[in-house]
Amino acid sequence: MTVALWQSIPFACILLPLFGAAVCLALPRRLARLWATFLMAAVTCMSLVFLVYMIPFGKSYNYPMGHFPAPFGNELRAGTLEAVLGLLFAGLTLICTLGGSRDAEHDISEGRQGLYHVLLLLMEAAMMAQVYTNDLFTAYVFVEIMTIAGCGLIAVRSEPGRAIVSAMRYMIMNSIGSAMFLLGIILIYDLTGHLLMENLHDSVVQLQAGGQYSQPLTMVVALLCSGLAVKSALFPFHSWVPDAYSTATPASASLLASLVSKSYIIVMLKVVFRILGTDVINAARMDDVFFVFGAAGMLIGSAVAITVPDVRRLVAWSSVAQIGYIFLGLGLHAGDAAVWHILTHAAAKSILFLSLPSLIPAGSDGSLRDLRGAGYRAPLAGVAFTTGALSLIGIPLMGGFITKLTLAQAALGAGGAHMWISLAALVLSTVLNVGYMLRCVLVFYSHPEEDAVPAAAPVRRGFALASVLVVLIAANIALLVFAQPILTAIRSGFAMFD
Amino acid sequence: MARVRDDMGDTRWGRLQRWLREGDDSLDRAMIAVWDESAEPEPEPVFTVPPARPEQKKKNQKHTAKLEKLLRVFSVIAAVLLCVGIIGILLHTTALLPSFGREDNPVHNEVPRRYIEKGMNEDTGAVNIVAGMILDYRAFDTLGESNVLFVAVCTVMILLRLQAGDPDERLGSDTRDRLIEPHSDPILQVIARVLIPLILIFGAYVILNGHISPGGGFSGGAIMGAALILHMLAFGEKQTARFFSYRTYRAVSVCALGFYALAKAYSFFTGANHLPSIITIGTPGRIFSAGLIPYLNIAVGLVVCCTMYALFSLFRKGEL
Repeated sequence: MTVALWQSIPFACILLPLFGAAVCLALPRRLARLWATFLMAAVTCMSLVFLVYMIPFGKSYNYPMGHFPAPFGNELRAGTLEAVLGLLFAGLTLICTLGGSRDAEHDISEGRQGLYHVLLLLMEAAMMAQVYTNDLFTAYVFVEIMTIAGCGLIAVRSEPGRAIVSAMRYMIMNSIGSAMFLLGIILIYDLTGHLLMENLHDSVVQLQAGGQYSQPLTMVVALLCSGLAVKSALFPFHSWVPDAYSTATPASASLLASLVSKSYIIVMLKVVFRILGTDVINAARMDDVFFVFGAAGMLIGSAVAITVPDVRRLVAWSSVAQIGYIFLGLGLHAGDAAVWHILTHAAAKSILFLSLPSLIPAGSDGSLRDLRGAGYRAPLAGVAFTTGALSLIGIPLMGGFITKLTLAQAALGAGGAHMWISLAALVLSTVLNVGYMLRCVLVFYSHPEEDAVPAAAPVRRGFALASVLVVLIAANIALLVFAQPILTAIRSGFAMFD
Repeated sequence: MARVRDDMGDTRWGRLQRWLREGDDSLDRAMIAVWDESAEPEPEPVFTVPPARPEQKKKNQKHTAKLEKLLRVFSVIAAVLLCVGIIGILLHTTALLPSFGREDNPVHNEVPRRYIEKGMNEDTGAVNIVAGMILDYRAFDTLGESNVLFVAVCTVMILLRLQAGDPDERLGSDTRDRLIEPHSDPILQVIARVLIPLILIFGAYVILNGHISPGGGFSGGAIMGAALILHMLAFGEKQTARFFSYRTYRAVSVCALGFYALAKAYSFFTGANHLPSIITIGTPGRIFSAGLIPYLNIAVGLVVCCTMYALFSLFRKGEL
C-alpha cells in the first residue's frame, strides 16, 4: 500500500509541536511566543488540509510509526471523525493562545513565560496524539503529559495562593483518574495480551463470547471508563473545576475547559466504541452509569451555576453541566450527539472565557454586581459573550440547539425510563441554562449605577483579542450553518470505527 | 574538628541526638526558630468566607460548627469504607486473573514471540530485547515518556524556581532546609571524591551498553543523576553550579529531546512510507550496532540524568 503525502499529516501534527516544545525552552521570551504561535498556526493549517483530503477519501487508514507493522510497533489511525476533531483541537489551541496572550503577559511573571509556551506546545502535541492514536498505551503516555502540563498551566499565574491551591486540587483528582486508567490498561493487557485497539477489540469480543474472565473484564470496563470520567470532570468528580477555571489565566482556563477535558472524552469514545465495543459496555451496565451521572451533572451543575455570584465560577460551573450533556449522549448510545456537543461546547466555552477578562472591570472580584453595563464598555466582548451564551442555552438556530435535538431524538429512540428521564433532564437543564446565562447577559446590558464608574482595565488587549473574538463568533455561526455536513462527517467517522 | 562538631550541633541528626539524650524539645524549637526567622506579614487567607450578617452570625456559627463536625466524621468514615471496598474488589479481581507465568496465558501471543525471535537478528539488532522494544518497536511511546519527564521538570520549575519579584525570593536561602544539613563534611567529601567518578563511569557504561546488556538510558541516567546529587550534597551547590546550572540543563535537554524527536521523525516517516532508510542494524553485539538505539539511549540517559538532578535541586533550594 502506498501512502500519500497528506496521510503523513497526523504524524507531523504530533511530532512538530513535540520537537518545537524542546526548542522553545532555549528561546528567549518573545521569540518563544512567536515560535509557539507559528507552530500552532502550522498545525492548524495542516489539520485543515488534512480534513479537505480526508472527506473525499472516505475511509480510515492506519499509519505505522516506524518500520514494524501494527501489533508490533506503534500506530496512528485517522478517519473523518479524527480529522474533524484534529482541526477543532489545533484551531482552538491557536485561538485560545492568541486570545489570552495579552492577559498571559500580564498574569505570568517574565521568567515563566518561556516555560508557559513550552507547556502549551506539549499540550497541543498530547491532544493531537490522543486524537490520532491507535494504541491504548500511547494514549496513556500522552494523557500523562496533558495532566502534568495542565497543572503547570493552572499554577503559572504569578499571584501565589489561590492558583497553587487549585492546581493542587486539580492534580489530586487527575492523579486518581490516571491511576485508575493505568490499572485498567494493566488488567486488559493481562487478559488479552494486546495494546493495539483493533486487536484489543477482537480479544475482548472473544472473551465476552467465551464467558472467560467475566469479573476482571467488568473491572476493566469500570476502571477505564471511570478513570477517564474522573479526568474529564464528570459531575461527582468536578470539585477542582470551579477553582481551576476561575483562577487560571484566561488562555489556560479556556484551553482546559474547552479542549483538555474533551480530549479525555475522545479517549473515552475510543475505549467505548473501538476497544470494548457497545456490547461489553452494555453488559457491564456502564451506559446506565454514564446516563445517570450525565443527567445528574446537567442538573446540579446548572443549579449551582445559578446561585454563584462570581461570573468566572459561574462559567466554570456551567462546564460541569455541559460535560453532563456529553456523557448523557454516551449513555444514550448517541456518539454523534456527544461529539457534536464536544464541538459546540468547545467553541462556546472558549468564547466565554476569552471575552470575560474584558468585561470584568479592574479591581473587581468578578461578581455580577460589578458587571452592570459591561456590555457597553466592551461592546465586542459583550456580543461575543452573548453569542456563546445563546449557543450554550440552545436557542433554535444555535449549536447547542442541535445537541439538544439529537439528544432528544436519541432519547425518543431509547424509549422507556431512559426517554422520560433524559427528556425531563434536558428540559429542566435548559430552563436552568436560560436562568444563569441570560442573567449574565441581562446584567451586562443593564445600565450601571451612577457612582460606580470602574477604573480602566490594566491590560490593553487590543487587536489580537478582537480578531480572535470575531473568528470565534464566526466559528459559532459556522457550526450552525454547516451543522448537517459536520454531523454527516461525524457519523461517517463513527461508521469507520468498526 | 570543633568546627564540624558545631555544624553537627545544628543539623537534624545533632538535634535528634540531643533530643534523645536530654529529652528536650530542641527539635521543635529549632523548627519554630526557622519559621520565626522567616516571619513576614501574615499571608492573605487563601479562601475568604463572606461575612454573614450580624444577627445571623451567632446562630449560623453554632449551626455550621455542628454541621462541619458531622460532615468531617462522615467523610472520614465514607473514605475509609470506600478505600477498603476498592481494595477488596481489586484483590478479588487479581485472584481471578490468569495465573502468573503459565505458558498459555493470553499475554504470550504473537507480539512477544516476534520480539524474542526476530528482535535481535532481523528487526532491531539489539541484543537487549527490552531496549529493542522500547527504543525501536515502540519508540513513539518512549518519545512520549521522555517528554513526560521534560514536562514534569518544566512544571516544577514553574512552581518552585525562584524568580525576581517572587514573594519568597527575598527570604533568600536562610530559611530553607539545606542550611540545616551538614556543610563541607570531610568524610562525605572524601568518599564522594572516590565514588562520584566511579558512579559516573558506571552510569555511562550502563547507558552505552544499553543495547547489548541489561540497562539503558533510563537506568543509566538515574545512576548518573545520583552522582550529580551526591556532588551537590558533598560540595555544596556553588561547586556544582560551576558545571551544572540552568543553562546546562536547558542546553542538554533541548539537544537530547530535539535529537530524539528528529531522529525518530526520520525513522517513522521512512517506515510509514516504505522508503529505504540509511539506518542499518549492523552486527548484533557490537557497540556500533542496532541502528539508532545507542544514540537514543544516550539522549534518554541525558534527559533522565538532568531530570533527576533538576527535581532534587528545585525541591531543595528553588534554583537549578
